[in-house]
Formats: sequence, C-alpha cells, structure tokens
Amino acid sequence: MSAPALAELVARAEALYLDYRLGAVREWKRRTGGLAIGYMPIYVPRELLHAQGVLPVGVMGGREDLEIIKGDAYYQSYICHIPRSTIELGLNGSLDPLDGMLFPAICDVIRNLSGMWQSLFPAKLAHYLDLPQDFDPELGGRFYRHDLERLSASLVERGARPLTPEALARSIELYNAERREVRALYELRRTQPWKLPTHELYLFLRAALVLPVEESTELFRQYRLAVLDDPGRKPLDQARVVLTGSFCEQPPLGLIKTLERAGCSIVDDDFVQVLRFIRSDIPVADDPLGALVHAFLTDAMASPTRYVDRGRKGEELVQRVRACGAEGLLFCAPSFCDPALLDQPMLVKAVEAEGIAWTAFKYAENSGQFQVIREQAGTFADSIKLWSNA
Amino acid sequence: MSGPAPTPTPEASKDSSQLRQKEMIARHFDRLAAAPETGEKTAYTFVPGNLSELLLSFDVLPVLPEINSLQSAMRGRSADYISLAEKLGHSEDVCTYVKSDIGMLKSGNIGPTGQRLPNPDLLLLSYTGCFTFMKWFELLAQEYQAPVTMLQVPYQADGRITDDMRRYVVDQLRRKVIPTLEQVTGRAYDEDRLRECLALSAQAEDDLVAVLRAARHRPSPIDAYFGAVYYVGPIFSSFRGTRAAVDYYRALREEIEQRMAHGLGPVTPEGEMGAERFRIVVEGPPNWTSFRQFWKMFSDEGAVCVASTYAKVGGMYDLGFRHDPQRPLESLAEYCLGCYTNLSLPTRIDLIVRYLEEYEADGFLINSVKSCNSFSAGQLHILREVEARSGRPGGFIESDLVDPRYFSAANIKNRLESYFQMLQQKSRNPNPVAAS
Repeated sequence: MSAPALAELVARAEALYLDYRLGAVREWKRRTGGLAIGYMPIYVPRELLHAQGVLPVGVMGGREDLEIIKGDAYYQSYICHIPRSTIELGLNGSLDPLDGMLFPAICDVIRNLSGMWQSLFPAKLAHYLDLPQDFDPELGGRFYRHDLERLSASLVERGARPLTPEALARSIELYNAERREVRALYELRRTQPWKLPTHELYLFLRAALVLPVEESTELFRQYRLAVLDDPGRKPLDQARVVLTGSFCEQPPLGLIKTLERAGCSIVDDDFVQVLRFIRSDIPVADDPLGALVHAFLTDAMASPTRYVDRGRKGEELVQRVRACGAEGLLFCAPSFCDPALLDQPMLVKAVEAEGIAWTAFKYAENSGQFQVIREQAGTFADSIKLWSNA
Repeated sequence: MSGPAPTPTPEASKDSSQLRQKEMIARHFDRLAAAPETGEKTAYTFVPGNLSELLLSFDVLPVLPEINSLQSAMRGRSADYISLAEKLGHSEDVCTYVKSDIGMLKSGNIGPTGQRLPNPDLLLLSYTGCFTFMKWFELLAQEYQAPVTMLQVPYQADGRITDDMRRYVVDQLRRKVIPTLEQVTGRAYDEDRLRECLALSAQAEDDLVAVLRAARHRPSPIDAYFGAVYYVGPIFSSFRGTRAAVDYYRALREEIEQRMAHGLGPVTPEGEMGAERFRIVVEGPPNWTSFRQFWKMFSDEGAVCVASTYAKVGGMYDLGFRHDPQRPLESLAEYCLGCYTNLSLPTRIDLIVRYLEEYEADGFLINSVKSCNSFSAGQLHILREVEARSGRPGGFIESDLVDPRYFSAANIKNRLESYFQMLQQKSRNPNPVAAS
C-alpha cells in the first residue's frame, strides 16, 4: 500500500481539527467501549490515562466559527475566551462523548472552571490536577504522586481498569515515541521551515489531541515523511521568529497564516504544549509512576504556569531563540491571559538583555480580523530582514 | 479659568474601634519605616495564607503588598502607580494590585503613612488561593536581593482538606520555610513561642467571630462588608498572634455588643446609619478607589451588609476554624488551606446560601472586580446557582480593586438603586405568582 499523499494527510488533520463534536472520539468509544477524558491545555500525564484504557482528549476551546450563545452568560467581558467556549461546547453537547474533564493548574480561571464543571455536569468526572510548584521529589513530588493515585482511583470508579506498573511502562514508551515524532517535526521546521509551514503543522498538533497515541504517532510520522518527499516546497526569504505566549487559549488558524504571510517564519512556538511539555523520553524503570512524576519535576518546559526562581526567568526562552537561530521573538498572548501577560515584562527584560528583537500583540481564539497584526508583524519582519546582522 | 472650588469631603465618622485599629496599623508602619535603623527583619508576604504567628515567633515584621495597594487606592495614588507600571510594560489586562504595587515601588516605595517601606529581608510567597501571587513575587524577586521562599497551598477543589494536602503544607513549612527564616534571622525555630502566638490568635478569633455574628441581630450593629474591612484589618495583617490583637478584638466585641444592646445600626463614614431597610450578603472584594462613595450608595438606601465573603479571605473563622497551639504547624496548614479564595466554586456557593439563611438576608450582591480572576471567574455561575437554591434575588455590579478607570459611579449607583427597588417590591409582594 502506498503512503498517503501529503494533501490527503493535511485534509485528515484539518477535518479532525475542525470537528467540534469529536467524531473520532465517538468512533473510538463505539469501537472500544472505553472511557474518554478531556483535558485542558498545557499538561496532563496522558500516559496514566492510556495505561488504564482511557482515551485522553485535548480540549482547546473554540475558534472564530463557534457561536458563543450560552458561554458568554457565564463570564464577564474581562475574562479570557477559552472558558466561555469550553462551557459552550459542554452545554451544546459537543463534549458529550467525554466521561470527564481534567483541569490542570494553569490559572485561576481554569481552576474555577473545574468547580463550574462539577456543578454543571455532576454526572461526569471533574478533576482539578493541582500540579506542584515545588520541585523537590520529597515535597512537590510526593504530593503530585498522591494526586495521580487519586486520579487513577477516580478513573477506576468510573469503569477504567486499575493502573499497573507494566501497563504504565508500556504507555510511557508509546508517548515517548509520540514525543520523538513531534520533536522530529519541530527539528525539521527549525532546519527547513519552508518544508513545514506552521499553519499546516498546527493542524497535526491539534489532530493528535483526539486520537489514540498509536494513531497520532503514526500520523506525525507519515506527515514528516510526506513533507520530506514533497519537492514543491522551496525556501522563502522570511524572518525566522519564535512565537511565545500561546500556550493555553490557542490563536485562530487565520492568525498563524497571517503571521506567515506577513513574512514571519515561525521556527518555534508554544502551541499545544502537552505534546512536548516533557522535553525528553521518560526512562521506564521499576517505578513508572515515579518516572512520570520525576519527568514533570525535572524535565518540563519552562512555562508561565510554573514557578521559576529568580535569575532563571526568561533563560529558557533566550535559549530557545538561540537554539533555533531565530532573528526575533513574537509575544503572542491571548487577551486577559494572566500567566502570559504577567510574565511578559520579565521575559522582555531577559530577551532585551540579550539583544533579541521582539514585538507583542494579543488575540482571542475567535478573532476574525488580523489587519493590524499583519501590519505590525510585517513591519517587524521587514525590519529584521533589513536591519538585523543576520 | 478656574472653576468653582470643590466642596471639601467631610471628615469620615469613625467609631472608637476604628480609631484604635488605625493607631495600631500606624504604629506597625512606624516600626517598618524604622527597620533599617533598628535592624528588625521584614518579610513581604500576602494576606491569604499568611504565617503571621510563625513570622512573629522569629520577630519578623510582615509587609503586605496587597494592603499597600489598597491603601494607595484609598489615598488616591493608585491611578498614577498603575499608569507608571503600564508604561513600564505591564499589561492593561492584569491585576491592578500588582501594577499599583510595582508603580509604588518604582516611585520610591512610600507606604500608606508617607514613610518609606523597608526592602525585604525575605520574600515569603504564600501561594494561597490566587495564581497571580506567584507571578507577583516573581516580579518582586527581580527587584530585590532578598531570598525567596515559596509555600504552595493546594486548592480545595473537592471541598475538603485531605491528609495529603495538610502534609504537603506542613512538610514545606518544616523543610523550606522554617529553615529559611532561621537563616534570615539567625535564630532557631522556637515552637513554644509559636504556640504562645497561636493561643493568642485563637482568643482574638473568638472575639472576631462574635463581632461578625452580631450581624444576625436586627438591626445589625455592624456592616459586615464595608465596616468589616476595618474589623478584619488587624487580624488579617500584622497583628494575629499578638496581645494587641487580643485586646483590640475584646474591646471591639464589647463595643459592638453595646451597640446591639442599644438597638443601634452600623457607623458609616457619614455617621450613624438610619433605619435598616435591606439586609444584604456581598460576594467579592470592595472597590478601594471610591470606597466611601461606594459604601454611601448602600447606606443611603438603608442597605446593611450582614455577611460578606471578602471578610473571609484572611481566614474562615466563622465556620469554626481556630489556630490550635497543640498542633502548631498542622494548624497553620489548615488555616492556609481554608482561606476563602482557596475554596472551590461549589463550596463558595454553599457558603453564600448558608449566609443568606443564617443572617436572614433579603438578597445578595456580587461586586465583580476586573482585577481578580480568583474571585471573579465563575461569579455569574455563582449568581445563578445561589438564586436558584436560595430563592433570593441576586444583583451584579462590576468595578475594580484599585484602578479608578473601572469605577463608574453613575452606572453602579443606577444598578444598585434598581436592585434595591426590586427588593422593596419583593418585600411588598413576596409571592407575585401566587398572588396573581
């Protein structure tokens, strides 16, 4: 059987991305009879769910095509957009195939959404994943492990199979394979960005959120091979930029396309971080749950949602810019996003100290007009191409 | 061309307890101002989940940035501070407490009494009930050379404190916070001294609860939202665990019991309040930039706040919690875990419904502040749920903590008047469907 064509793969990824009603999840449940549990952005240990036969499903809010009818009645105008679209999707039945939701500790809005979920959907699991901010294994590590054990027990109560070290070890290996494929795609984009436009890569990142890990890994692999085989993609004279700040509420696809059309070649980003939050393979040892905890404590990406000691603030961002040979940095955060916007002055200080050019703008997941951002990004890209030493 | 001279605002009326607590707090700021000379150590920390007794046992003076911000707002300084912080790159979308504090810091760090606040010897990040606290101290950590120690307090997502949560907090206290305090002060941890402080805390807490519960009486002798700001001041800030707090709360209790015995209502800044027409429960922090004007909008209508959630951000004493000298660190952990903004939304809903019943309130109001997602995200859901469960009408107004740009007096007054008219109608005709 021949490998699927690139266009066919992109079409599949796009269809999965666009499907608010989680058709792939419904189909998986029909086929397996298993539980499906949604999770909000940034990070949850999907391995644990998978080891118990549960399908983890990423819920990243809505887009500009989602009409918010009920969700706006739950939130004031000065709250970000992702909780209102998530409520909308819950109330309009799109999330019906999910047997529960995990709310990782991102910010107070997502934290409080966990309580709303308990009230609005009392028959479903609503678990607030209180990720540790203390990274000492004996303190934060022990607390986190107990929280994972509690989550595991809640899943069993709802019909999932009990967690065993063997099953968890296998799941970790499967997710390691997925992480390797994602890293390979990011590396390919870093070295040959014209091969892998971000607006297209993004579709695959989003598609992976609704697929079993075995399928998402294969989809990433096929996509990588297909773009490598495609002779039609030629280098472009664009400014290489890192995009940061879009780790929770996701930007509309139109915004990513706009940035690229404005002359920015995105060579690293914060999108759909759950796929890369643990940076390396997790070693599978005698105690796989301990390995999962240890990976979170010691090998996670720097994130505004994660406490950072003085002196190291912005360090990883500077390293990322340097590592991918970027010529500039885009602070691209959702409006009213506390973690991103409170972090921004500290990150600006760090990158300015390194002489890294930057610009900043905000969006909402349902933004439909990008003219102002296009002009700003275009000017930024032009200035880099004209005036930078690169 | 100059306009007519502005009418001077009359001096606010204050009862004796208010004057007393004002003196206490002024003395604290005097000590802070003198700290560089006296050598007293200072720790910047937050109100919710504060470790006053532990700091006291090491003779460390607390500085509370959110108190400084609200004081800046009451003195009309916060607008300039916020503007300065925004010029320095802080987003217009984020917490104005943070921006006011940063602006104050960049303007010379002059505190509420006009004296310069000392630089911290320790940044004690009590990460309780508010994500922004973490970012705030990351920002402060860039400004000062002081060591930072962080105490993560798990969120009560399922409405209860588990053994794991308590143990996590206690272990952090033992292994991180106390050793850092020992290092900063050069003193050994003295658990006996901590126990003494905790015993004093419990005495003061008993009297505070008696004061807050006085609002069950008709007419209520206190305003449990606006007035309570003054009542909780000492215990939420720097005085919990001191003899001064015990004496203050004993005197306050006696004062309130006397008012109750004489059938008096609260004292407002405009003087003795008139007849009590409406009994209201309030959710959310007050606006500080127009605090007096905001209070007057209630008192002019004869509306008394008989319970508020804001008066519980520094501890849920009215639900029975007391600091316990027999279990010092466990007790501190339970205190931190139990602060209002660390409670889940369903628990907050339960609490407001309970207050409506216990305090025989006519309705409840939510003051939703733009700055505080910990309070505000989900308040429209709270509004709906509380109305459905209690059958009592809710009102919703929007303002901000310390940014005067978000206090629209005419709009808020209009909404409040409509709300009180609705309560009036409802009291005349409590069951309109049956009546019709």
